[in-house]
Amino acid sequence: MIDRAQVEHVARLARLALEESEKDEMARELSGVLEHIEKISELDLTDVPPTSHVVDVTTPLREDEPTPCLTREQALDQAPATQDGGFLVPSPGASPA
Amino acid sequence: MSDPIELTGAQAAAAIRAGDLDPGELFAAYRDRAAADDLNAFTWVGDEVSEVDVAAPLAGVPFAAKDLFCTEGVPSQAGSRILEGYRPPYSATVVRNLHGAGAPLLGKTNQDEFAMGSSTENSGYGPTLNPWDRARVPGGSSGGSAAAVAAGLAPWAIGTDTGGSIRQPAALCGIVGLKPTYGAVSRYGMIAFASSLDQAGPLTRDVTDAALLLKHMVGRDPCDSTSLPFPEPIELPRRERLDGLRLGIPGELSRDGIAPGVREAFEKTVALAEELGASVDETTLPHAPHGLAAYYLIAPAEASANLARYDGVRYGLRVDGDQGLMAMYTRTRARGFGAEVKRRIMLGTYALSEGYYDAYYGSAQKVRTKIADDFRQAFARFDFVITPTSPTVAFTLGEKMNDPWAMYLNDYCTVPVPLAGLPAISIPNGLSEGLPVGFQVIGPAFSEPRLLDAAYALEQSIGFDGSEARA
Repeated sequence: MIDRAQVEHVARLARLALEESEKDEMARELSGVLEHIEKISELDLTDVPPTSHVVDVTTPLREDEPTPCLTREQALDQAPATQDGGFLVPSPGASPA
Repeated sequence: MSDPIELTGAQAAAAIRAGDLDPGELFAAYRDRAAADDLNAFTWVGDEVSEVDVAAPLAGVPFAAKDLFCTEGVPSQAGSRILEGYRPPYSATVVRNLHGAGAPLLGKTNQDEFAMGSSTENSGYGPTLNPWDRARVPGGSSGGSAAAVAAGLAPWAIGTDTGGSIRQPAALCGIVGLKPTYGAVSRYGMIAFASSLDQAGPLTRDVTDAALLLKHMVGRDPCDSTSLPFPEPIELPRRERLDGLRLGIPGELSRDGIAPGVREAFEKTVALAEELGASVDETTLPHAPHGLAAYYLIAPAEASANLARYDGVRYGLRVDGDQGLMAMYTRTRARGFGAEVKRRIMLGTYALSEGYYDAYYGSAQKVRTKIADDFRQAFARFDFVITPTSPTVAFTLGEKMNDPWAMYLNDYCTVPVPLAGLPAISIPNGLSEGLPVGFQVIGPAFSEPRLLDAAYALEQSIGFDGSEARA
């Protein structure tokens, strides 16, 4: 149902590096799960509204007032690499396709 | 004073208030047990309790928190290697609420990685064992919390439930687990799995403790805009009879696929409920059997978005190389996430990808509407819907690890509930094959006070003795 090429496509979307040996296994496992999931296509769902939120609430609003937040030091404290008060990351330019 | 470990949370709080129990000694007794934990229930244990306000409602009785509750300065890794050593700069609202009510943190408990699993075997820090039989799983994903409470390594604990992750481990460990109404408890500071389903709740030795902890967990939080004020006070349950209560049994969740011993225990308690004055009849939740399919689209889809934040930039693991930013992202995630988390990210990304969205995610959201409608119709005739919590007793370690769907089937009876945003409680319902069985009571939104009352009456009548697991 899901083949190796689809696994590679989805892994790229999910920013997940898979070993060559993992790809067939992943295709097999996902296909197995989807086989069960596809049973919902037997249901007649025309005119059924989708539920994205179970509780009826209107989006609450608040005054736009500044409140205390994390300091720069706290925000950077757990980062693997920092420089000049910011997060340090490898160059995006060096990315392979 | 008898052994303080044998006291429930509420009893310990009362003993402290009466001056019969020293809160420092209680903490030390649990800390020593938790530190000697051979179930791998804990991932971190506190040293000592700072000052305790014995006049506060929870009077210094400590609690254990599932690893995914962010706690300032304390390792909060959500069972994942990608967050190894992460110490958040802030605490989850629930943790702050319990501190505010006078409960110090005893420790953090093991869980399936990012709460994805039904056995705690998916933890990046090794599986937790079931105190009733160490060859078996405690359930999951809040398996560490459930095992800790059952084994008397903690007086009580908190966990989270997305598809059954409080109720199923509570059932498999012989304790009480409550999943509140969606929005009753703030999600702020809970490391997110599936935001439209995740809800925090108590795992306790008895129903009274569940009510007491819940009372101090609920409330509207400006930091979680889906949270709501609880509409009435939560009191300790006292009901002893069930006269006038109407209970509905959905055939879909109580017959096929339920192990004979679990079914037998369920039927015995149904008869008890009738003796207590409840009227019991068949009801139907025709779409509930499709709950698993809808859940395993919606939850992974939301997870694939929530877990996008683990990119090696702001916190947690980074796997560098000389091939630039994209390679850093993909390698960090490949190394940091475990097999089940990768599967769910892949499944969720696929379900949301172009060309598949309507067929998968869109359909699943419609099934969700149908399941909520089914419950609405059932609650027009019944006060509560009752089912077994888990189709089987605790299974052996490794038994279901190679077949994802076999593992997912553990959630068959629990998964429709969060899809409809409803509260449900699992209470111990005796033993089958020497292992605990759970009895689930499901109620309408914000019916927790009545749900706890009904569960309390059943609990008194069932008379489950969990002391064997604390020996």
